[in-house]
Amino acid sequence: MGEVLNHNQLRIGTKVEIDDLPWMIVSAQFVKPGKGQAFTKIRIKNLIDGRVIERTYKSSETVNKADVQDKDVQYLYTDGEFWHFMEPLNYEQVAFPKDQVGDVVDWLKEQETYQVTFWGGKPISVTPPPFLVLKVSQCDPGVRGDTVSGATKPATMETGVIVKVPLFVNEGDWIRVDTRSGEYVERAKEP
Amino acid sequence: MSPLATCGRGGWGMRGKTDWRPTATWQRLQQRALLLSHCRRFFSERGVLEVDTPSLSRSALPEHHIEPITCCADGSSAGALFLHTSPEAAMKRLLAAGSGPIYQLCHVFRAHEMGPHHHPEFTMLEWYRPGWNWFQLMMEVAELVGQLLDIELPPHPFPLTMSYRQALIQYAGIDLLEENQATLRRHLPADQAAALSDSDYETLLDWFWVDRVEPALARHHPALFITHFPVARAAMARVDPGPPATACRFELYIHGVELANGYQELTDAGEQERRLVAANDQRRLQGLVSLPIDQHFLAALAEGMPECAGVALGFDRLVMLACGATSIDQVTAFHIDS
Repeated sequence: MGEVLNHNQLRIGTKVEIDDLPWMIVSAQFVKPGKGQAFTKIRIKNLIDGRVIERTYKSSETVNKADVQDKDVQYLYTDGEFWHFMEPLNYEQVAFPKDQVGDVVDWLKEQETYQVTFWGGKPISVTPPPFLVLKVSQCDPGVRGDTVSGATKPATMETGVIVKVPLFVNEGDWIRVDTRSGEYVERAKEP
Repeated sequence: MSPLATCGRGGWGMRGKTDWRPTATWQRLQQRALLLSHCRRFFSERGVLEVDTPSLSRSALPEHHIEPITCCADGSSAGALFLHTSPEAAMKRLLAAGSGPIYQLCHVFRAHEMGPHHHPEFTMLEWYRPGWNWFQLMMEVAELVGQLLDIELPPHPFPLTMSYRQALIQYAGIDLLEENQATLRRHLPADQAAALSDSDYETLLDWFWVDRVEPALARHHPALFITHFPVARAAMARVDPGPPATACRFELYIHGVELANGYQELTDAGEQERRLVAANDQRRLQGLVSLPIDQHFLAALAEGMPECAGVALGFDRLVMLACGATSIDQVTAFHIDS
């Protein structure tokens, strides 16, 4: 069985196994009512379906660490039913069905590197890198000189996702996007 | 430019170096200083005397869930010394000696307490009002906190109060007068019951309090005094025989943050000694060492401490609330881990 964690080790980002499922700790807080017993309140995100729940543990309790591993993989292609990735080191392939890929589908670009999480050897989720450089495949023409007003327009990226960009961005430009917030960061060079 | 203008953590870019800078911004340290001086002016205008009692003692006031930090003089375990967990014993000796109304702003120390609202060393504001009852003291707490947080506390009649029992009924669906350990357990959500299976009645109550009541207080009550605690949680408060019997104890919650804890003080030396001995018994049951009970304090009570109400307020948390900080290190110069 895996490593056992005490309440001091319940920290943000730690992956734990609770109710036979893998979770990541989103927040952990020491709480203690006046003159009372100490507890640790954690918010945990399910690594498979992404739901977030809260638990309140006595400070004397322990939690099992999840047997979770992250691996870098390259996105290959989709056949419409499965999305296929490959570990570049050993050419082993991993395939995810639509419901497991979820919103990550917006950020999938061939040859790009993604992170796949394995739990007990089984792939359970795929995460895009925090920043991606993407080509603008469609947007209204740029407006010269308007670089400071903060006004934006919608632009469709090569992956299909729509990002709000400044007015000076043109079709065919490359931009850096924050995949966590879906926001435009800056103009970029063609990678 | 102030030499401290660069304080406050940058966050990114500091990794790899030892970050010696203050954890609070200079603006917050200035606000802290203003609040300290405001407190002192508040009490000075009301004729409450500032006192300054020792932090180090050969004895303690044992409590079940508060662990003092023990110092071993000369590295030997003989003659251990304790850092005070609150200035209560010393201040009550002053009251028994005829001090009249007194307050103290001091650092206190509690082992193992570390989190956004906890730090093993923190600043406490504690004061005592001889001849007052606990409701009069609640009014004064409300006035001070209202001034310091610059908030309009609800109009008279203030304070807004809710009994401990009522809070559990309202926010956890539990009536203390109807429950025992077995029935209490049935209120646990199914997915938490296993983890709490070996918990006693008091631990379960604490669980419902932190899991259900405190978040609800944060949502629904900008300011609320919780009053009339169960007798088992009387700590150093006098017990009102009722029925039902309750402890004359209050806690002030501001936006769900427990800010102050006060009592109609227990003045009966015999009863006080029984409670301290019982706390030591509980500690031993939990595998904790029993602590040498402060005999000077008991002797002072036996001689006669005036009837009074007293309260302790977490000053760092007050500063947090005043400047919208989310953790205690954002309002203190330094944190023990950084």
